[in-house]
Amino acid sequence: MAHAYVPGLKVVPNTTVKKARQLPLKGEILKKVGEKVKATDEVAKTHLPGNIVPTNIANKLNIEPADIKDFMKKSEGDSISKGEIIAQTDGIFGFFKSTVHSPIDGTLDSFSHITGQAILREKPIPVAINAYVNGVVDEIISDEGVVVKTQAAFIQGIFGIGGERRGELKIITDGENSPIEEKMIDESCKDKIIVGGSFLTHSAFQKAIKVGAKGIVVGGFNYNDIKKIIGYDIGVAITGQEDIKTTLILTEGFGKIHMAKQTFNLLKKHEGDIASINGATQIRAGVIRPEVIIPVKPDAKKASENQEILGMDIGTEVRIIRAPYFGMIGTVTGLPHKLQKLESGSFARVAKIKINEANKEALLPRANLEMIENK
Amino acid sequence: MVKKEIKSILATDCGSTTTKAILIERQDNGVYRLSTRGEAPTTVEAPFEDVTRGVLNSVKEIEEIRGRKLLDEDKIITPQEGEIGVDIYISTSSAGGGLQMMVAGLVKAMSAESAERAALGAGAIVMDIIAANDGRLAHEKISRIRHLRPDMILLSGGTDRGNIKTVVELSELVKAANPQPRLGMNYKLPVIYAGNKKAAGEVVKNLNEISDLSVVPNLRPTLESENLDPARDKIHDLFMEHVMAQAPGYKKLMAMTDAPIMPTPGAVGHIMQVIAKNEDITVVGVDIGGATTDIFSVFKDLETKVPVFNRTVSANLGMSYSISNVLAEATLPNIQRWVPFEIDEVDLRNRIGNKMIRPTTIPQSLEELKLEQAIAREALRLSFKQHKSFAVGLKGVQKERTISDAFEQTSSGVTLVDMMDLDLMVGSGGVLSHAPKRNQAAKMMIDAFLPEGVTQIAVDSIFMMPHLGVLASVNEHAATEVFNKDCLIRLGTCIAPVGKGKIGKDYVNVKMDLPDGTKFDKTMKYGELLLVKAPYEAISALITPVGRKVDVGSGPGEAVKTEVFGGSVGVIIDARGRRPFVIPEDPKERVEKLQEWSKAIEEYDEN
Repeated sequence: MAHAYVPGLKVVPNTTVKKARQLPLKGEILKKVGEKVKATDEVAKTHLPGNIVPTNIANKLNIEPADIKDFMKKSEGDSISKGEIIAQTDGIFGFFKSTVHSPIDGTLDSFSHITGQAILREKPIPVAINAYVNGVVDEIISDEGVVVKTQAAFIQGIFGIGGERRGELKIITDGENSPIEEKMIDESCKDKIIVGGSFLTHSAFQKAIKVGAKGIVVGGFNYNDIKKIIGYDIGVAITGQEDIKTTLILTEGFGKIHMAKQTFNLLKKHEGDIASINGATQIRAGVIRPEVIIPVKPDAKKASENQEILGMDIGTEVRIIRAPYFGMIGTVTGLPHKLQKLESGSFARVAKIKINEANKEALLPRANLEMIENK
Repeated sequence: MVKKEIKSILATDCGSTTTKAILIERQDNGVYRLSTRGEAPTTVEAPFEDVTRGVLNSVKEIEEIRGRKLLDEDKIITPQEGEIGVDIYISTSSAGGGLQMMVAGLVKAMSAESAERAALGAGAIVMDIIAANDGRLAHEKISRIRHLRPDMILLSGGTDRGNIKTVVELSELVKAANPQPRLGMNYKLPVIYAGNKKAAGEVVKNLNEISDLSVVPNLRPTLESENLDPARDKIHDLFMEHVMAQAPGYKKLMAMTDAPIMPTPGAVGHIMQVIAKNEDITVVGVDIGGATTDIFSVFKDLETKVPVFNRTVSANLGMSYSISNVLAEATLPNIQRWVPFEIDEVDLRNRIGNKMIRPTTIPQSLEELKLEQAIAREALRLSFKQHKSFAVGLKGVQKERTISDAFEQTSSGVTLVDMMDLDLMVGSGGVLSHAPKRNQAAKMMIDAFLPEGVTQIAVDSIFMMPHLGVLASVNEHAATEVFNKDCLIRLGTCIAPVGKGKIGKDYVNVKMDLPDGTKFDKTMKYGELLLVKAPYEAISALITPVGRKVDVGSGPGEAVKTEVFGGSVGVIIDARGRRPFVIPEDPKERVEKLQEWSKAIEEYDEN
């Protein structure tokens, strides 16, 4: 049997999802294994070192850096308050003293007799991470965080921008083939995760940001418009840290492409449900795809965990991921062994695909097909 | 390990996008020849996250095509027994994508910029530059370092007599971030310290425990001098030893092979040096992959005349993972200038974006192929530009900057790459080796590298130089035989005069005694391109510039009598000019000119 490995994106109605929730630094774990958590619950917290504020004492006092120690009123490690004197010259007969006041509350970290600079550190900044999804703590990552397990509908996108968001799903297009336009977005989209069909216009994205939508899940978007939104080109697909309030997840790719019907239907089925989304994408080794997680009740029959993914076979449903049938869905009807000549002149391994939408059968390079993983 | 009577050799190269396998078999006459090749997508991504899956899939393809059993489930059968199995299995790898680095320095325009130059020169993608004065708060920097998960960090800062404290502060930031490597959790992130030597002790104290720290000489020892080589060399070493070795499944792969796995660029570089040495020539080689483009060159040192080998990795220029970066760096007009038809700008950008997010797809239509080849020209051009600025003078000599240009930060050193002196260009990598017609590969290389004078062109037939590079370490005899007979495809020679001309006016005269006995004699006009078909044989040629300012290698206006070689493409006379090489800016005129040049070279089989 000729199997072919073709990576696919998951669109699963009911599966077990595990999410590692890790602190940026070691800290305190707030939950125990087996404990139920809500998405907004804090699961771990820590304190980041305070911001550093360098202050050049020697310059301010008009002294040599080597002499700085003689004029410091605070020692390394001392607490300091805003406005407090941290260094001072003796002046002349007690007059004309030069003084440096602390600009912050915090500690005096260090001072250098080479540069004459003092390093002041603000108070530590508390940082906490939440559970991101409703679920159960499955595992503790020692001093760093927890793994939250949940039963959920799980959809992987192909590309996204923006970080973790949570909100109610709101379908705003008729179907998977319709684009999201500016006029469809109004105040009712505030705090919602908007779901649309084939395309998101630039102005619609801007409007969604303006009304305060938490996220958008849609088939396609113009590559060019990403720069207009975030201010720079994305050279390699490593995203998630963009400074935008509305996370964007593309399920298909760049340009106008229908959202896969089953993706749209699954999202539609959960309209009104709360979803957790993350646009973070990394298309390199250690790949990360954007995701939509919608917690559901466990379904023992349907739930699929660690299911082995077999290769492409006769009858497999595939998505065509390159021109000329880009975005269309088809079914494998043949897997010829021999290399076939393409229009471009290259020889490649192909698969015979019945393309439902175009109502025809075509030989397409296997590399341009993607399995739809719905189990 | 090396057996005397090796009958068959299986070799794979795990690229960032595709895993390529070749089967070499000894013929009845005792000669080693390439027998079959197979390929499959590289499987470092989910769901497999195991490079060996792609290896086994590519070998399975060989099994099917060759009709010979090589696999016993997930094992490669060695040694060969009858018609089953192979005697040796070897591999190279560049899976794991490019090198992603974060650099840090004291002052953004000074040591941080030097650190960036060192990292870029070593072929890294610089994900972010952290500087003491970059305007971000310390906790923002910490969060950034943690989130980006670089493969490696280069920490510099301070001249050797300068600031210590702030450099130590920088190391504290890194310590606070405790960054984890992108691939694999069981090893420490490599950090290179190349800053103020007096701060090294404190930096070691801060970072020794949380990272795999290497201390190298300061890359900015004084304000006026830069010493990037030690840092660059260390980056290259660590990339090979740590980053690449962390690609998922790599350890399994190491257990499968009969010889140490070589990094792909190392193997290709080895073969390039063999060519240069055996033929006593200057060589430029390129390997354009999905994430990275490697350029290799062997030129003679300007003073000692000793051949110097140089290699650069442009980790941000490639044809799939990094394709959008080619667009960002080259800019759209530079890509569009190679597209021989009109295309909507938004459409072009979307197509490039889609290739980035679905890196393993291949062009099915001719139009898609032409677009990819247009982008490849820019990826090659930019990589070569980077190589030229890197391949400078001898190592160990510090590149001095004067105080006046210490603030300009222009590139230092004189490049060794002299295009007029170049004898042979060798192309490798999917877009060149797999071009449906060899004429396309020749034209892409000529357009991107703009060879001058008389230059031979060759390609790696089916991208097997990495395999042969590693094979040479096991069985040099077999490697050389396959290299000469099956690997290197001689495409022909490019004759390209240098100097300005006037469109439609006589530019250069070429006379050749062709192998079929005919005499070729033609005066080319400026702006023309011509293909003279001839097999790979020595052809005596007389090349005479028209006009006193045109140079074909012997100086302006001087004729050159030389031997040129044909090949599977032939002799290409490129009278489009050099310095400058001009493509019309008007879109209609440009498309017409590109189509005219394309036809002249018989680039595409179009009706």
